[in-house]
Amino acid sequence: MKVSRKALVGAAAGGLFAAAALAGDAGKIVIDGSTTVGPIAKAFAEHYMSRNPSVVITVSESGSGNGAKSLINAACDVATMSRPMKDSEKSSAQGAGVLPIENVVAMDGIALVVHPSNPAGSLTIEQIRGIYTGVTRNWKELGGPDLPIVVISRDTNSGTYESFETLVMAKQKMFEKVEYVGSNGAIRQRVMSTPAAIGYVGLAFMDGVKPVKVDGVEATPETVVSGEYPVARPLYMYTNGRTRKGTHLHEFIGLASSPEGRRIIEDVGFVPLKQAD
Amino acid sequence: MAGNRDNLETGKDRRRSPSLLLTSAARRRQKLLELVGKGLLLSVTSVSVLAVFFIFYFIARDALPFFRLEGFREFFTSTRWYPSSHEPEFGALAMFYGSGIVTLGAALVAVPLGVAAAVCLSDVLPFGARQVVKPVIEMLAAIPSVAYGFFALVVLAPLMQESGGAVMRVLLWVAGGPVAVLAVLVASDVVAGAAGEELRKPVRLIAGVLLCAGAFLLLSRIGAQVGAMKIASGTNALNVSVILGIMALPTVVSVSEDALQAVGREIREGSYALGATRAETVVKAVLPAASGGILAAVILGIMRAVGETMVVWMASGNASQIPSPWWRMTEPVRTLTATIAGDMGEADHVTGSSRYHVLFAMALCLLVISFASNLCSEMMLRRARRKRGG
Repeated sequence: MKVSRKALVGAAAGGLFAAAALAGDAGKIVIDGSTTVGPIAKAFAEHYMSRNPSVVITVSESGSGNGAKSLINAACDVATMSRPMKDSEKSSAQGAGVLPIENVVAMDGIALVVHPSNPAGSLTIEQIRGIYTGVTRNWKELGGPDLPIVVISRDTNSGTYESFETLVMAKQKMFEKVEYVGSNGAIRQRVMSTPAAIGYVGLAFMDGVKPVKVDGVEATPETVVSGEYPVARPLYMYTNGRTRKGTHLHEFIGLASSPEGRRIIEDVGFVPLKQAD
Repeated sequence: MAGNRDNLETGKDRRRSPSLLLTSAARRRQKLLELVGKGLLLSVTSVSVLAVFFIFYFIARDALPFFRLEGFREFFTSTRWYPSSHEPEFGALAMFYGSGIVTLGAALVAVPLGVAAAVCLSDVLPFGARQVVKPVIEMLAAIPSVAYGFFALVVLAPLMQESGGAVMRVLLWVAGGPVAVLAVLVASDVVAGAAGEELRKPVRLIAGVLLCAGAFLLLSRIGAQVGAMKIASGTNALNVSVILGIMALPTVVSVSEDALQAVGREIREGSYALGATRAETVVKAVLPAASGGILAAVILGIMRAVGETMVVWMASGNASQIPSPWWRMTEPVRTLTATIAGDMGEADHVTGSSRYHVLFAMALCLLVISFASNLCSEMMLRRARRKRGG
């Protein structure tokens, strides 16, 4: 609550002081963009501000596209995005004299999980999509026992749902029997106690349930970071030009590869990148 | 000194107390005080009334933009609920269905059980037992709803999945038993009433025994069929109905027991004096006399079930569908309250305005529904009271 109010004020203030903030790094960082990356940005902002009380960081979450727009219009210093910038966005940035630089801060990996008794060991993306669109309704069709599949999803509000929708569903809508659950923990609870269930969770929530290989690749932090695991994507923070050493902006982006930053990323449910050398 | 003052004071009292007349100044002061008191009470009362109006106003203010943006048709006729999709769809029909079926189920659990328990408490159990049992039942109301939800999710849902048939059979007996007993009592009375004057007693006995056997057979037949059922997903309408029924139980029991108590000894003793048995007294004299209060109890209990959010969000499955046939309660459903609670988090002004306002449209519908049913119950109660009075 507190953060979001700050964020609103920040969005207004950001427009006014954008020029100053960009020019001087005068202890103020304005962040706008993806709702998926938002929790990381907020947690980073809290951490950074507690270390450097003179710095004011505001975080808004208006979506990746709006984040890119804000960066191009110089309304923010950092655009958080859950997808890479499109060519069209890059060219309009060039037109505005902005050079967007891509900084990958973390990986977003989603594990498909089933009941430990379920013999299913590996599914393809197409099979998973078939389950969630209601084309495949029984485990029998996938070589399992004769049980109607209980399909469980996160609520449509969550970043995990959004990621799953983009990475697996390919713009198709889930069918009407899909059950919605409010948290990663609740999905794990439901899958743990339901033999016919399938669900998806962040990588930190796999105890007690059986993760399924997707396209033959196991879901581990390593395969997610290396890009082998298909239900994963990098999360970005775009800046205007390379950050200069010694500025708050540089330190802030650098958090992602620091030990505390990696711990924060794990806490909010994402996979941190490899340790900086 | 002390004695002197005492004397003085009692003397003063004696002088003042016999006269009830006040000086005009005192009278004016009293009138003013009375006016202030009345005004204070009025403002306190109007605060709660105003609160209702404000809630109505603010919810309607945020709900109307939705209808302006999306129209009425999809909201009330479609079951497709994809608020966050690229081409969003806002069909809420399945949510109306879900709220309805869950409430109906809760009423089926809470009303027979609750009224039977109330009758038992007020007319069957000895006074001492009642003093112990009633507080225990009322304690159910003190359990927070998230605890009920946790129980539904962690205990009841897996139980339904593993031994769905057995659970269903137990439920059938618990809900169907009291109904069957009542039906048998009433039916045997009707049969006996049709028989002649002398035959009435044996006919009633025979009819009672036969009907009892019939009801037992029917229940076990249905039980056998139900017992063979398999439940795929334990978070479904049935699970929520059972839990909501239990949550509504203390309200139903407590209020209807009070109503039965309020009937008074005269009616009971009058009935006994006419030669009626205890069962006849309860069914024919006490229950009709208390019907208004029992109805109020039922409606209060149902309102508790309609408005409940946490249990439903945790244990109903939240699948936006109308199962076929519509009375299949072992399917996951989604209710209005759970949708509002679950989708509120991220649906702020920034992310798509329809997605935000649709939740207020649902809240407005809920408000209108509860307002209408409150009004209905009020009217029914008033009619029942008038009938009894006239």
